[in-house]
Amino acid sequence: MKTNLSYKLLMVTVLSALVYWSCSKDLNDRSDSYPALTPTSIDLDAGTWKPVLLTTPGEFAVAAPVATNTPAYIAELNEIKGLQRNLSDNDKKIIQYWSAGAVLRWNEILRELVAKYNLPPYQNPDNTYPAPSAANPFAYPYFPFANPPYAARAYAYVSAAQYDALVATWHYKKLYNRAAPYKVDSLVQALVPRSDLPSYPSEDAAVAGAAVEMLKLLFPGEVAYIQQKADEQERYRIMAGANVRSEIEAGEALGKLVAQKFSARGRADRAGQAIGNPDIWKKFETDTEAKGEVCWFSLESPKRPPMLPLFSKVKGFLCDSMDIINMRPAPPPSTSSQQFKEETEEVLYYSQHPTRDRLRIVHFWADGAGTYTPAGHWDAIAADEFVKEHYSEVRWARNYALINMALMDAAIACWDAKYFYFNPRPSQSDPNIKTLTGVPNFPSYTSGHSTFSAAAATVLTHLLPDRGSKFNDMATEASMSRLYGAIHYRSDCTMGLESGRKVGERAVLRAQTDGAE
Amino acid sequence: MKFFTTVCVCIFMVCRLQAQTDMDAIMLNKNVLCVGGMYSHNSWKNYWEGTFKRDNENLGTVSTQMIGIMGNYGITSKLNVLFNLPYVQTKATNGTLKGLKGVQDLGLSVKYKIHTFSIGKKSRLAAFAIGNFSFPVTNYVADFLPMSIGLHSKNLTFRGMLDYQLGKFFTTASGYYTLRSNIRIDRTAYYDTEMHLTNEVDMPNVAGFNARAGYRSRTWIAEAVLDNMNTLGGFDIRKNDMPFPSNKMNATMTGVNFKYSFARALRGLELTAGAKYTVAGRNVGQATIVNGGVFYLMDFSKKHATYEN
Repeated sequence: MKTNLSYKLLMVTVLSALVYWSCSKDLNDRSDSYPALTPTSIDLDAGTWKPVLLTTPGEFAVAAPVATNTPAYIAELNEIKGLQRNLSDNDKKIIQYWSAGAVLRWNEILRELVAKYNLPPYQNPDNTYPAPSAANPFAYPYFPFANPPYAARAYAYVSAAQYDALVATWHYKKLYNRAAPYKVDSLVQALVPRSDLPSYPSEDAAVAGAAVEMLKLLFPGEVAYIQQKADEQERYRIMAGANVRSEIEAGEALGKLVAQKFSARGRADRAGQAIGNPDIWKKFETDTEAKGEVCWFSLESPKRPPMLPLFSKVKGFLCDSMDIINMRPAPPPSTSSQQFKEETEEVLYYSQHPTRDRLRIVHFWADGAGTYTPAGHWDAIAADEFVKEHYSEVRWARNYALINMALMDAAIACWDAKYFYFNPRPSQSDPNIKTLTGVPNFPSYTSGHSTFSAAAATVLTHLLPDRGSKFNDMATEASMSRLYGAIHYRSDCTMGLESGRKVGERAVLRAQTDGAE
Repeated sequence: MKFFTTVCVCIFMVCRLQAQTDMDAIMLNKNVLCVGGMYSHNSWKNYWEGTFKRDNENLGTVSTQMIGIMGNYGITSKLNVLFNLPYVQTKATNGTLKGLKGVQDLGLSVKYKIHTFSIGKKSRLAAFAIGNFSFPVTNYVADFLPMSIGLHSKNLTFRGMLDYQLGKFFTTASGYYTLRSNIRIDRTAYYDTEMHLTNEVDMPNVAGFNARAGYRSRTWIAEAVLDNMNTLGGFDIRKNDMPFPSNKMNATMTGVNFKYSFARALRGLELTAGAKYTVAGRNVGQATIVNGGVFYLMDFSKKHATYEN
């Protein structure tokens, strides 16, 4: 019996060691492995690129820096040297984290905030739903409900503000041509890759300043968190020997001023009214019934008001309201037509015949509640590609601005179609249609995922032509995921793709003429 | 003998099948094989979102049905090996979410009776050690709770158990610790309490205890059960969010089990039935579980003593 026991104990020990070893608990987070940014080109002339809202790159004045032989500057070098003498392991981790790139890291932070706030409010006891309030972001339901249109707009504003801030930054960098601290003083170590880019004002601080200012408007409950991140990032630049404090201060101030222009625009872009009111919600129904079509209703219980029905009225960056109307897709198949019946049957087929591979596609692209939404997914896809391209910060910002302005305008165009046609979801048309992901609480035609994905893929394909059809293939898969998931008809998907492509082309037109190519 | 009722270890709304034999004190004799099938039905209407108890009209009642095959073999009367393999199907009565179905995790156990102490004429105390390894045998979807059929982690469970018997009455108590492997999901990013840019999910380990007491004879077993599981880590479901495989899922359940062993012409045939109810929980459904099973004993040894209490 003793041998038996020792044998068993040995077996269990070996087995557990094997299992434990084979399932190491460390997660392989892509974001941890991004290398320090080493631009192949510093894009020294980016101060001449076309900004989004600034009238000229020099619209906001930045005072000339003091000479590098002045006591004030030497004191700033001493601050760096003092920090570099006592770097903790945590300081080194902070340097490693931020050195991957300011625009990249702020995009990741924004994606995290979107995921955190992308939860539909829980109902009141009387089965109505409370609406989040910007005036009181800490009371449930927390402001904002970062749903797909809200998120697309947030990504666009932050990206575009950072881009304009960096165009202005580059303008002054070239103008003042101040060398980096590690070039001025050989006793300052460069703890980030060395660069010939002039360091006044700091590009990292401009990006941080723009983010802080924009996020006050977009995520008012996170101001303290955002400020902590910005402070950490600015300290990183000084610790790394890449900027002196006055370069940080100049960059941050410039970034904030530029972003205030975007905040002012954001307060007046009609997004605040997008939620509508019961009379407006009712009017969609009567208008649709007047056309002789079956109108959409919420499949949630209790019935939830439609998501941001007036988002179509939001002022886009690339398309104006006439463009949106002109680009509106042709009507969906009539709810009484044979084609509608056939398309509904097709959805039922996918509902009843899920395969493991189709389920993978559905869940890979679902980007529903609690996620960074389709726009964030495309930003994540872009990040993994951009990291390989070794862009300068200003090119990172420019490319993200192009993608995210396209994604926001895609949301506007798509929401226009959704509420103009007010078309029912497949599960409304046929209750036998069970879905493999949650049914979004807004009309069916056209598919948001298809519109977002085609818009982003069109811009990415233009920016990275050597990737061939990769992004368009991904967009098609994202689009079909909604049919496989049994929450969209085929027409929603194909017309969504077409509409998204049109919006994406607007961004491509801008890209061709903004001076960066 | 083999008390093959299942223990639906309620993992959110998902069940992981465990042969009750993993946590009872009954051993098969050498060269005896017991095989059978069981069915269980698990359903809940209310669930805990963190500590907030609610229902959800978009789900109605969520049910999980399970059909499993199980086996137990006596290598010696002190060392038994066991297996179980369930097929699981989920369904919600309200809303649009489609239920999923499929073969779930294969469980393999080794059960060892370390020692029996006689205490006086009529009572005795026995100590057991049980190891269980379970792993998914199909590529089922874990990240679609509450409709997923399982969590797709590999699990290694260690259980220590004491059984006290006085005449025909018994009490069994056990404690366990489960190591769970990371899982991979179909999306490449997720938010728990922070953003993770990976498809890999760290599954926190689980620990708990099981206590049972009742009457045990050659023909009948009737017992009351208290079952507890605690996730060591994990996070709470946020208000109105979807559940996630690495949630902090805790549950305490109470219930009863019965077993009847036939004699004479039907010797070897056994029927089991049981029911359990969730009395406390966190990030799980308040499940009611009923189950039943049919088992058959085959004795490949020369002497026909099939089991030992």
